Amino acid sequence: MFDFLDGYDLLGAFWVTVKLTVYSALGSLIWGTLLAGMKVSPVPLMRGFATGYVNVIRNIPLTVIIMFASLGLYSTLNIALGGTDIKGINFRLAVLSFIVYTAAFVCEALRSGINTVPVGQAEAARALGLSFTQVLRLIILPQAFRSVVNPLSNVLIALTKNTTVASAIGVAEASYLMKGMIENEAQLLLISGIFALGFVILTLPTGLILGWVAKKVAVKR
Amino acid sequence: MSSVLYDAQGPRAKRRNILYTVLFVLAAAAVLWWVYDGLAEKHQLDWIKWKPFFTSPQPWETFIWPGFQNTIKAAFFALIIALPLGALFGIGRLSDHRWVRVPGGVVVEFFRAIPVLLLMVIANQAYSEYTELEPDTRLLYAVVTGLVLYNASVLAEIVRAGIQTLPRGQTDAAKAIGMRKGQTMVFVLLPQAVTAMLPAIVSQLVVIVKDTALGGAVLSFPELLAAVRPMSANYGSNTIACFTIVAVIYLALNYTLTSFASWLERRLRRGKKSTGAVLGTGPGGDLETIDAPALNTDDGRAV
Repeated sequence: MFDFLDGYDLLGAFWVTVKLTVYSALGSLIWGTLLAGMKVSPVPLMRGFATGYVNVIRNIPLTVIIMFASLGLYSTLNIALGGTDIKGINFRLAVLSFIVYTAAFVCEALRSGINTVPVGQAEAARALGLSFTQVLRLIILPQAFRSVVNPLSNVLIALTKNTTVASAIGVAEASYLMKGMIENEAQLLLISGIFALGFVILTLPTGLILGWVAKKVAVKR
Repeated sequence: MSSVLYDAQGPRAKRRNILYTVLFVLAAAAVLWWVYDGLAEKHQLDWIKWKPFFTSPQPWETFIWPGFQNTIKAAFFALIIALPLGALFGIGRLSDHRWVRVPGGVVVEFFRAIPVLLLMVIANQAYSEYTELEPDTRLLYAVVTGLVLYNASVLAEIVRAGIQTLPRGQTDAAKAIGMRKGQTMVFVLLPQAVTAMLPAIVSQLVVIVKDTALGGAVLSFPELLAAVRPMSANYGSNTIACFTIVAVIYLALNYTLTSFASWLERRLRRGKKSTGAVLGTGPGGDLETIDAPALNTDDGRAV
């Protein structure tokens, strides 16, 4: 029954999905934190920039961003992100798009986390004479991160599912393989089941583990 | 906006902020110049590439408007089919009977874990193997099916959370005047829950509109994003210009919906008729219940 699987690199495709997810998650965590910092900063221009960025990116489909990266950045402007082989270029363009898109959601999650830190904490820190960056880095963000593990895990799960969009620009991840397989093999139900299960296996433990972590690290108030 | 993270600024802090602003402007200007230079070098900013959109109705009539119509059509059908389905599953998950509650939960969690793109591709293949639909209608069906399966399960969670925000007393009171379970749900709980759910439903509509673009990129369903390729081929490869126009249209549509959702949220939270609890969708589309503040502690010092 599973003979038809022989010619396909199922694990390899899911491995690409995992790699896309991990690189994009790390990148968007860094960029999203910077954005959140800008959003609460004393410099009005930076606040404006972060707010504008989040509003624009959240309302544009990820598919538009990733197609733009491929057709606009690469095909039209020849920005190859330092690669020469087309597979590597597409992979990096996809990661860039995911970072640009997901960072907006990371920023929003973090900002809601900053709101959960009691006002007195920041006031006490300021009374000690800490500067804005010190308040943010030493007092606010560590607590904010601990309270937003759950929202961030939702963002991570959404990102895992969103990596399938990379197939639109030819990155050979799981959904790309599935599309090829169901066109060539007459096993629609079985193939869909395998890939659906693959994503359940990827996303379900993420939610459970991070849910457990969230309970563990949450600041009891 | 005042903030608790920093003090009211004295002369030194003000000077420092001006310095940061200048540095930020310089960095932004450098990036903008780099983008401008790159675009100009590839002749993407030449008037001839942008002219078609501003001087003739042709690109709008031939490419953008039909694509926009298809986007709206798919989103609309997806919402009106997913809403009742979601309500059904959401209520099912609250059932007293294990045999209704558990399968409902499994179905909802399953479809929430699977990417919409996969669902669309599978639906498309299923329709082409087992039905005799015309290719045009088949694509619309496939996109709508994918959207419905995913969004119905998200809406089910919204409905469940909406009903759970209601105070228990509502159910008790309905029981006390002799209503059956079905009556309690239809006449007491649902009408109240709907107001709490409205902002979340409108926010979900944004997700649906964004996901229609998947149909264009992966199944070549002729929606707004899919209009870019033929359009740029037709007007001298003005890819950047086409993407800009399309992105602005998505942005305008979704921003209107987002603003409407947050306006609804604010309005409902202030309203006296509801329970005061409002469902909003958090970042990444997860649900969060925004409870009405017990006391008005809002002193304008929110971070």
